[in-house]
Amino acid sequence: MIACLMSIDQKTVAKIAHLARLKIPEAEQNQLAGELGKILDWIAQLDEVDVAGIAPLANVNDAFLRGREDVVNDGGKLEDILANAPSKTADFFTVPKVIE
Amino acid sequence: MSAPTDLSITEARAALDAKKLSAVELAEPHISASEKAQSKLNAYIQITSELARKQAKESDARRAAGKAGDLDGIPMAIKDLFCTKGVRTTAASKILDNFIPTYESTVTKKLFDAGIVMLGKSNLDEFAMGSSNITSAYGPVVSPWSGADPANSNRKLVPGGSSGGSAALVAGRFAMAATGTDTGGSIRQPASLAGIVGLKPTYGRCSRWGIVAFASSLDQAGPMTRTVADAALMLRVTAGFDEKDSTSVDQPVPDYTTAIGASVKGLKIGIPKEYRIDGMPGEIDALWQKGAAMLRDAGAEIIEISLPHTKYSLAVYYIIAPAEASSNLARYDGVRFGLRVPGENLNGMYENTRGKGFGKEVRRRILIGTYALSAGYYDAYYLKAQKVRRRIRDDFTEAFIKCDLILAPTAPSTAFAIGEKQDDPIQMYLNDVFTVPVNLAGLPGISVPAGLGADGLPLGLQLIGRSFDEMTVLKAASALEKAVSFNHKPPFTA
Repeated sequence: MIACLMSIDQKTVAKIAHLARLKIPEAEQNQLAGELGKILDWIAQLDEVDVAGIAPLANVNDAFLRGREDVVNDGGKLEDILANAPSKTADFFTVPKVIE
Repeated sequence: MSAPTDLSITEARAALDAKKLSAVELAEPHISASEKAQSKLNAYIQITSELARKQAKESDARRAAGKAGDLDGIPMAIKDLFCTKGVRTTAASKILDNFIPTYESTVTKKLFDAGIVMLGKSNLDEFAMGSSNITSAYGPVVSPWSGADPANSNRKLVPGGSSGGSAALVAGRFAMAATGTDTGGSIRQPASLAGIVGLKPTYGRCSRWGIVAFASSLDQAGPMTRTVADAALMLRVTAGFDEKDSTSVDQPVPDYTTAIGASVKGLKIGIPKEYRIDGMPGEIDALWQKGAAMLRDAGAEIIEISLPHTKYSLAVYYIIAPAEASSNLARYDGVRFGLRVPGENLNGMYENTRGKGFGKEVRRRILIGTYALSAGYYDAYYLKAQKVRRRIRDDFTEAFIKCDLILAPTAPSTAFAIGEKQDDPIQMYLNDVFTVPVNLAGLPGISVPAGLGADGLPLGLQLIGRSFDEMTVLKAASALEKAVSFNHKPPFTA
């Protein structure tokens, strides 16, 4: 049941925002809690649908992933890959220090 | 001959073949109108006039050498969601403001191989998330239409969305055609609001490779044109299997242009009773019935059908699309490309980059998607939505036992003004009530201009077909187009 899950408060928004690595100012978190709560309320109408025995549909064409020969068929694109890097040193992307 | 900017692709090809016109002569009035389109409509994120002039010259050289492609010399706008090699591609987001792809999307590669001239990258809703083109980080697109009401002349109307720039440019004769993408209606809804033809092919018909991803199980690229014949030709060029997209389907591409003018005699066309929604304006219902009568007069049989789970489509969509988007958009982390905003540590950098780089609607959808996929909620939201999605798909499968096509309105209203429907996200989501089910079921759908509302603004009708049966969709669309003979032009044109 969706209906019983609902109650989005500012704390929940802060938690989801962190999971999504999105910095959202506190004032905006309050507003978002209201908006998201409304959207989820509206989505709760799905509770009315009987889905007993129905399998979830992830791909409309019921496709299975196509296999191919296990060979190298692409590569040598170091320059292309680094071309849009916001920060790089030699042949590497650089990021803030991760290990203390 | 009409002015070059008034020609359809089909007419322009004939003029080019007959040497009545060169590609340069065709491109030039479009190129010189680009600034006009930009100053009033904000329909481009980037104008590529220099490239267009170069491509037009090359096109003339190819034609002189007898090597002209199917779309050689045709001036087009490319939605700024398609990666174009060496040409900045933003997805209308600040997070990709400085992104210059080092590769070409499959669809644009096919178009360039066929000889098109690219006028520029058209504006859209940020990451294609919107139905009015107001969420673009580069500002909203204004429709070239203003309507019959003199009070409207100061009101700036939306072109629809998310392919709003493409729709405005094609409607205003600034581009002969444009590419769009359709995740929940983003080709068909703006086509309806702008009075042009917009075709969403079957999921898997065109490669998604190199298109900035929004919701991968729903996204599909397609043509936006002024005639059904032009859409058929553009689909023939862009459709086909691509090993770079594992969801593209390996099926032969028929010559869709043979559908144009073909008989619809004996075709069974279903009218879904659930699409008669509460509060639907009477004129839309009337237009829908008129469309059905036109197809009946052309020899089709009209029958009533039922798609019982229609009313749940939007709720399903607003779980599945944000869930897939939250996953797809995880790649924008400030490390490999796009914007980087420094932070105290790596996590701080991620959070600052994404907080600053994404606009409000995108942030809202990432949050909904993250919530729906998070521990404890996954089954209740995401899995439930996927189950209801199957029921919606099964409704269509059932219906297509009885009929060959479905006729419905494209959008629940004509264009509204920029600023309207903005306070309540759900009000905005309702724009896609007739288009979203088609994406959930992965079916082909087309919007054809069907008339003007009492406000003097365009309204489209939608034809929905069986999976991979674009041919029948185009046949009926062509018959409808002929019967309607929509010849209205927006007041602001090239």
